[in-house]
Amino acid sequence: MRIAVCIKQVPDAEGRLQVAADGKWIDEDEIKFVINESDQYALEEALTLTEAHGGEVVVFSLGPDRVQDALRKALALGAKRAVHLADSAFHGGDAHATARALAAAIRSEEFDLVLTGAQSDDAGYGATGSMLAGLLGWPHAWLVMGLEVDEGGGSAKVTREMESGMNEFFRLQLPAVIEVQAGLNHPRYASLKGIMQAKRKPVDRPTPADLGLVADEVGMAGSRLEIVDVAFPDSGVGAQIFEGDPATAAKALIEKLRNEARVL
Amino acid sequence: MKRFPGVDFLELDALLSDEEKLIRETVRDFVDDMVKPIIEECHRDARTPLELVPKMAELGLFGSTIAEYGLPGLGNVSYGLILQELERGDSGLRSFVSVQSSLVMYPIYAFGSQAQRDRWIPALGSGEAIGCFGLTEPNFGSNPGGMSTTARLDGNEWVLNGSKQWITNGTLADVAVVWARTDDGIRGFLVEKDTPGFTSSDQHGKFSLRASTTSELGFVNCRIPADNLLPKTTGLKNALMCLNQARYGIAWGGLGAAMECYTTALEYAKERIQWNGQPIASHQLVQDKLVWMVTEITKGQLLAHQLGKLKDANRIKHFHISMGKKNNVWVARECARLAREVLGANGIVDDYPIIRHMLNIESVFTYEGTHDIHTLVVGEKITGIPAFNAPEQTVKAKPPTKATAAST
Repeated sequence: MRIAVCIKQVPDAEGRLQVAADGKWIDEDEIKFVINESDQYALEEALTLTEAHGGEVVVFSLGPDRVQDALRKALALGAKRAVHLADSAFHGGDAHATARALAAAIRSEEFDLVLTGAQSDDAGYGATGSMLAGLLGWPHAWLVMGLEVDEGGGSAKVTREMESGMNEFFRLQLPAVIEVQAGLNHPRYASLKGIMQAKRKPVDRPTPADLGLVADEVGMAGSRLEIVDVAFPDSGVGAQIFEGDPATAAKALIEKLRNEARVL
Repeated sequence: MKRFPGVDFLELDALLSDEEKLIRETVRDFVDDMVKPIIEECHRDARTPLELVPKMAELGLFGSTIAEYGLPGLGNVSYGLILQELERGDSGLRSFVSVQSSLVMYPIYAFGSQAQRDRWIPALGSGEAIGCFGLTEPNFGSNPGGMSTTARLDGNEWVLNGSKQWITNGTLADVAVVWARTDDGIRGFLVEKDTPGFTSSDQHGKFSLRASTTSELGFVNCRIPADNLLPKTTGLKNALMCLNQARYGIAWGGLGAAMECYTTALEYAKERIQWNGQPIASHQLVQDKLVWMVTEITKGQLLAHQLGKLKDANRIKHFHISMGKKNNVWVARECARLAREVLGANGIVDDYPIIRHMLNIESVFTYEGTHDIHTLVVGEKITGIPAFNAPEQTVKAKPPTKATAAST
């Protein structure tokens, strides 16, 4: 089976972030980038599936030149080929514009399955995958914690994690778009040999025109959503610490909730 | 587990290729995920974490510079970065990989017969077999040329007699690369586990490299097939070639230990509050220690990187490696002590990695050529005067000699 995996490169959560000069995003200058966590699980799931069922994994990502580090790592982990939507026309888009670009790139090949993470650790819209499924016209599952492809590869059984410890199981027809949660498997390490082999694996960099798109359908020009401002929440403001033993503190809290906040 | 952020004050990552950075990241993740959570307990219990061997083999950490037998064929900077990250975890773990790769797989690959290579390189690369390297003896450390272990050809067999000491992985090894004196000079032999006349026992009471096995090997009329001679060994220089490989790696490894001590001290100093709500990192004396550490680590990185470039270009000389091993292990030793000071009493308990690194580095400072001997190697290079064994000689300028002191 042929599996497309969509990955996003995001700032390392352990880095110290600063707001960029234009106030519309973070300053990317001194931060380290990593593959989005749930996307790493999607890639691992794809690699495991092709090891069991045969086939190959093609990894897709959208973003500037730095994204090639993420793609190189995916190739070192075992993906066969990479597609990098690197053209500046693709950049700065909302979830819909990004999904449109990815859909065009995925549609230009034959795939049995698209796997991706449930949401990105930076923007966190959790929308790109479902929009991608909509644009492709394929079945879709979100927050997936288990995936089995049925004999013959025509369908797959997915497990979704619900509230209160319940699981939901259902079967969907392939091709489909499946968005996984972090934790459904154990992502492997890139072997040293895999890293050396990755150097020779191809990375395509199609332009919007190559994918039959016009530049204003994608990227910032094709977006309906614009980030107007990013800021850190004010720390320490509005917080109140109740002193004393738990009983006294609880009494004071209830008093405040009843008389000041008026929520009780 | 918090991820190690790396130490790159001078943007030296720009000197590394994408592959080198990715290799470092892989080993860094492995150390953060699988080594750090267990290593203090291994150190306490004096236990070699053998459960990590299959994973290290799967990653390709054994014999990683060899390009045959399905091994990765890495460049020397990559190899160095691997050892740097492993030693950030623990010097004992790095020793395991150094011995397996540089002191066992390398001599079998470089000096072995085709049959020896075909049998052992895949087995050692996959971690199914463990190797050890027997050069140092109870009475000969810095001067291995004085060794008393002998090998005598008797019909179709070599007969070995003598003993070897301070042998990493001695009791764990399936195969020992043993150096012995023959009628034709010092040569290398492969001695397999359970060969009659070959015994091994562990060194107990170590306060250093406790997560590593250190052994003594004994040979009493130990008979091995004539085919177990490493045919391309012709003298002590072959053993020293192995040590050059290993010592090169230690120049990088020392940086790993230094980085761990530095980053631990830095984080601690920023969080530990004593006066006026200010962290101790605000004190000038603490900053002085931290700045010393990051400056010396940075200089050590440049030194190690240049060694790697020289080694890739086949231009490296043993005295270059001596400078790297000597300097970078010294930096690690000093960083461990300074970090211990910054951490105060917390620097002596194994809630933090400092005291373990400090103890480990005492071994690393001495093995693979002591700090002092490497000083004399560099001294010999720049003055032309070998000062290893001075008293009886008239000291006058002579061309540098090739043979160089060693210990494993």
